[in-house]
Amino acid sequence: MSEARTVLTGQDAVVIIGAGQAGFQAAASLRDEGFAGRITLIGDEPYLPYQRPPLSKTYLAGSLDEEGLTLRPASFFERNSIELLMGDSAVAIDRDKQEVKLASGRLVGYAHLILATGTRPRPLVAEGADLAGVHILRTKDDADALRPCLGEGSRVAVIGGGFIGMEFAAVAADAGHEVVVIEGLARIMARSVSPELSEYVTAAHRGRGTRMLLGSGVQRLTGDAGRVTGVVLADGETAAADVVLVGIGVLPNAELARDAGLEVANGIAVDGSLLTSDPRISAIGDCANYPSAHDGGRPTRLESVQNAVDHARHVAARLTGGSYAAYQKVPWFWTHQLGLNIQIAGIGSADDDCVLRKDPAGEKFSIYRFQSQRLVCVESVNQPGAHMLARRMLAGEVRPSPAQVADPGSDLKALLTPAV
Amino acid sequence: MSKISYIQPDGNVLAIDAAPGTSVMHVALANDVLGIVAECGGNAMCATCHVYVDAGDLVQLPEMEGEEDAMLDCTASPREPNSRLSCQINVPAESAGITVRVPERQV
Repeated sequence: MSEARTVLTGQDAVVIIGAGQAGFQAAASLRDEGFAGRITLIGDEPYLPYQRPPLSKTYLAGSLDEEGLTLRPASFFERNSIELLMGDSAVAIDRDKQEVKLASGRLVGYAHLILATGTRPRPLVAEGADLAGVHILRTKDDADALRPCLGEGSRVAVIGGGFIGMEFAAVAADAGHEVVVIEGLARIMARSVSPELSEYVTAAHRGRGTRMLLGSGVQRLTGDAGRVTGVVLADGETAAADVVLVGIGVLPNAELARDAGLEVANGIAVDGSLLTSDPRISAIGDCANYPSAHDGGRPTRLESVQNAVDHARHVAARLTGGSYAAYQKVPWFWTHQLGLNIQIAGIGSADDDCVLRKDPAGEKFSIYRFQSQRLVCVESVNQPGAHMLARRMLAGEVRPSPAQVADPGSDLKALLTPAV
Repeated sequence: MSKISYIQPDGNVLAIDAAPGTSVMHVALANDVLGIVAECGGNAMCATCHVYVDAGDLVQLPEMEGEEDAMLDCTASPREPNSRLSCQINVPAESAGITVRVPERQV
């Protein structure tokens, strides 16, 4: 143990499995922190590391091209001596030999291994789920397959009212398609946002002509000559569809870790410093289940750019500086739908008390969520200033009370900057 | 084409040809310009693509929106009157170019 706790030297090699936002950032941050040893970044997609958020937004809509999706050009990886093994995937970890085996048969040794394996879409288990015209959206290839379908007037069914499904529904409605959203729960984005925000966003989609079928299960998909024609709902009604997007959540890619004997539980289990049960292996980003100070210390697995980037920086600082401090960053994420800029700071729970604070000028408001009078989460719609303030408030101990938030005359910003 | 000149804190200058309408952040990333992090990918969410625009060039740019203004309050290097987020500024059409200074820190 003590040996593994030493700071890495220039003779050591770091291997990163997964070349998404977290894996890329870990490599970049290790160099930023002055790590001079070998860095190998392994990704199973045959592309330079790219951003995923635009796949369901601007890239899908066609306003962002492939170059704009790429995180950094090839020259960045050359300049920083980051070895890219793209289009190859890790198939096994030998923890005794400290070695990763790749699908190509190649073996890569490590002094420290970073798992940034991400997630994959949860498959729809229903008759007809394999018909042509039924899509998922996680990778660039998925978006490239889906994009041509948006060029023609189509009937689009979205199964699952999470972020991906709702962002896709917004892009499809904006492109003039007839859209229906089918969500099994009573409200959309239920796992991530307050009932009040769910309701507001549902109304916005309805206002754009989208049919919102909530609390509605899927029985099966119908097809003709191998192509999807509709979705049969639990109540027997059929929603006709030429294109179906399935967005019913994701599963963490934890099998590699599990097979190597690492502790897994809703992803790869890590401690506060993002170490797995093996002190020579860290896990970061979407696949890592870590105790979050912003969720009462409970094991938390977040799927966001911020989480990926800040996890990566934390591990890079630990490996180069040797501090085993707990990861503390305030979680934040965003979604863009129908011209609404929705930003969320902190982590809410189903039983939060919500206080609405509205800007009298236009459609700008924030929902402040409290647990036992303590502010835990702020959801902002078209109010970036409130969002930024929320991130700062949640990072510190100075938090407004429900009464202060409810008072439209109170200056929340002044709480953070004590009077001189 | 117009030219974007990026001045590093150490005085190094990199001038890059860019098509009008492209964002100053996008051109920086595509050309591996040091010091532009752009963690959120150009959505005015993270303030890690902060630049100081040459005073003479500032007038060519449209006024900033509320989002950008709010984010600029959270930059790692101090905000100045000529601070902008490079993801929110596009290379102006009919312009000889634009010069921006990259701050010491983005995170």
